[in-house]
Amino acid sequence: MTTSKIITINGRELTFENDETILEVARRNGIEIPTLCHLKGTQPTGACRICVVEVEGARNLMPACCTPAADKMVVRTESPQVVAARRLIIQLMLASGNHNCAIRGSDNQDWTAFQLKVQEEDGSSDLCPVWGDCRLQDLAYRYQVSGERFDATVNRYPIEDVNPFIVRDFSRCILCGRCVQACCEVQVNNAISFGYRGPFSKIIAAGDRPLKDSDCVFCGECVQVCPVGALVEKEARYRVRPWETGKVRTTCTYCGVGCQILLHVKDGKVVKVTGVPDSPPNHGSLCVKGRFGFDFINSEKRLTKPLIKENGKFREADWDEALDLVAGRFREIVEKNGSESVGVLTSARVTNEENYIANKFARAVLKTNNIDHCARL
Amino acid sequence: MTNTIADIEEADVILVTGSNTTENHPVLSAFVKRAVKFKGAKLIVVDPRRIKLTQFADLWLRPNLGTDVAWINGMMNVIINEGLLDEDFVDRRTEGFEALRKVVEKYDPEFVEGITGIPAEALRAAARLYGKAGAASILYCMGITQHTTGTDNVKSLANLAMLTGNLGRPGTGVNPLRGQNNVQGACDMGGLPNVFSGYQPVTDLAVVKKMEDAWGVSGIPTKPGLTVTKMIPMAHEGRLKALYIMGENPLVSDPDLNHAEKSIKNLDFLVVQDIFLTETAQLADVVLPSTCFAEKDGTFSNTERRVQRVRKALEPPGESMEDWKIICSVATRMGYEMKYPDSEAIFNEIARVTPSYAGLSYARIEKEGLHWPCPSAEHPGTPILHTQQFARGRGLFHAIEWIPPSEQTDDEYPMYLTTGRILYQYHTGTMTMKTGGLNFKAPEAFVEISAADAARYRLADGDMVRVSSRRGEIVARVKVSSKAVDGTIFIPFHFARAAANRLTNAALDPVSGIPEYKVCAVRISKAA
Repeated sequence: MTTSKIITINGRELTFENDETILEVARRNGIEIPTLCHLKGTQPTGACRICVVEVEGARNLMPACCTPAADKMVVRTESPQVVAARRLIIQLMLASGNHNCAIRGSDNQDWTAFQLKVQEEDGSSDLCPVWGDCRLQDLAYRYQVSGERFDATVNRYPIEDVNPFIVRDFSRCILCGRCVQACCEVQVNNAISFGYRGPFSKIIAAGDRPLKDSDCVFCGECVQVCPVGALVEKEARYRVRPWETGKVRTTCTYCGVGCQILLHVKDGKVVKVTGVPDSPPNHGSLCVKGRFGFDFINSEKRLTKPLIKENGKFREADWDEALDLVAGRFREIVEKNGSESVGVLTSARVTNEENYIANKFARAVLKTNNIDHCARL
Repeated sequence: MTNTIADIEEADVILVTGSNTTENHPVLSAFVKRAVKFKGAKLIVVDPRRIKLTQFADLWLRPNLGTDVAWINGMMNVIINEGLLDEDFVDRRTEGFEALRKVVEKYDPEFVEGITGIPAEALRAAARLYGKAGAASILYCMGITQHTTGTDNVKSLANLAMLTGNLGRPGTGVNPLRGQNNVQGACDMGGLPNVFSGYQPVTDLAVVKKMEDAWGVSGIPTKPGLTVTKMIPMAHEGRLKALYIMGENPLVSDPDLNHAEKSIKNLDFLVVQDIFLTETAQLADVVLPSTCFAEKDGTFSNTERRVQRVRKALEPPGESMEDWKIICSVATRMGYEMKYPDSEAIFNEIARVTPSYAGLSYARIEKEGLHWPCPSAEHPGTPILHTQQFARGRGLFHAIEWIPPSEQTDDEYPMYLTTGRILYQYHTGTMTMKTGGLNFKAPEAFVEISAADAARYRLADGDMVRVSSRRGEIVARVKVSSKAVDGTIFIPFHFARAAANRLTNAALDPVSGIPEYKVCAVRISKAA
């Protein structure tokens, strides 16, 4: 008889598989342990220690993300000791940079001076660009802490925005390392890494150069996984707030991989694109075109009315006139020269439904098999 | 693809050829890189350019342009001679082995080196690595297909996979990477001159009868029609009179553009349906404004045959309309009523007349797409093809001799040109060139050239260079690059202003009708 191995979490006896961590067992069973640095699909680092839990018999609190589950282990995920530790970690993080989400504390004189300083560094009078979309802010609310317990640390590194896509705000970086893992373990572009030491620590590219002068290919995976406001899409920063947008899931329109994307829509315009996490084929990953190449949708150069050419120049026409002209000319040419004298180029850009309709139109209406598209080109 | 994208991480050996994966399929390339870096897979890259993936490769073979059949035959020669073939698979699942063996007999690595320039020992090493793998996956793209021998190249890769039993299992396969969001779907849906949806041949009278009944018409022709690469010359001859172009821009993407432009101008009537006034639309008699992917419902089929939903997020600009609605209106005005309440109704009709899509519905793919073939509502879809048998039963080996590309260098045109895409632009640029950031990263066409060639022609990085072929001439900026091999330049084809396709050769593969974009002869000189 085989006995299955049991771990007890918050009084619940749970079975687990070999190699599963405490975090994985807990999440699989609907027990929420907060994480910041943990990034699914990569090697856990235990860097932020927000996921610490109490393990009976252990001298210290253990990070759930990188502690393997073991038989007869007894774990408490929200004990007073755990909560105290998490509060301290969050307080230190909030004090470590420009976390001006009012969570830092507004009950003393310090706040006004702090906010003014952030405004000046940021060039905006708004609160943090990821207000309401920040894991650190969420946790600060959850554990009811603010940042003024510790003196604010000095921001050593200025904002980097000398590229078209990504703003790197080191003052808001909590050095969790998710961006480094996303770059090196998920996309494997190996463009960024930890640089310097101790209080000088910084995420660097190419020996501390701007992203545009590094191996960065602007896939934006780092932006998507950043739990705070350290990495934000340049076009969306301070312009797009999560509560202002609707999100629609669809399929990317560039290459044939078929990445699942969320279009973030504000005032009838796409203002941001993110990858759909946990869904094949891309599991949240995108490339620079899929993530940032959406301006064409709202372009002023879009065609908005049918055009008919007269004496070498286009004039606008209404749909009835244009469609009658097309139908009439095709009918005429088929009648005069036969079905083989006309052709249809359908498109690898449009939907299956539209390709099917083009195929039906060519074969059933024009009575020609002269239909093709750019598969060869 | 015979296998799925996720399956790449299951492979022991990955052979990537004719695909600059990190630039053209960036997200898919991450699967390759992760397999190599974290799962212990070995990577063989066969490509004339020093593409990014070569940095991850255990072996990089650098063949001369247009010599693919030779190196693939060479690998099979080694695999057969060293007993690395999967005899059981060859016996049970294939036929035509003897003929193949006879042809590849003379392609020993030394003979192949003379054709391809690949050192014999490197070819042997690649053959052994691939031949000994438990599961080996082949990924290829237009570097394999865009040749006058494109069909031969693909068949040769299929030979290699069959010979070693690398089909029908996880981590194996012959996997073409499709370059456009729905090129798979356009093929699946009968956007081809020889087949209806689901690859049902137009020459099969029973199929034609079925479609005529389903559509309530008669007289559908049973002879295959013209490919795009044949339509253009027919227009030139005046035998093709009218063309309806939807969402394509052949005036940048076609080979030998000068000829293509004359041909299209020779049409009596041209309709272009697009979201922008493209180079092609400017030549049209009527331009019809259509909607983009964010403004419509429907489905795309990706490179792994996964049918996925497209959902409307925005109202279309102005009076623009979905492509299907426009075509339905034209059809109706021509006396054949086509009317659907929505795209789902069209999809349901597709499922009714297309066996490989028969089991699919919007409800089934709401959360996650499914892989065709999916013949019934209970069928889970088919992530891996050919697990039990091939479409024709036994897999047929094609014994293929190497033949050189259609155009060779000579005294007048002493350099080779190969073309392709770059990361920051897409196809003819009508979409990507609307994003300032992408233009900042990739503002204009360039001529990628090796340092040795640059020195020979006294060209410095940033100089303007004139590139001429027998068909046309362009001027573009020099980019001296370690990616380039001596004797061959590379130009991306995205940029209409210095369109690489003014130079390319319209010589076609006799079977697929694909043009030889990847090889032509040019001469270069410093521009004033």
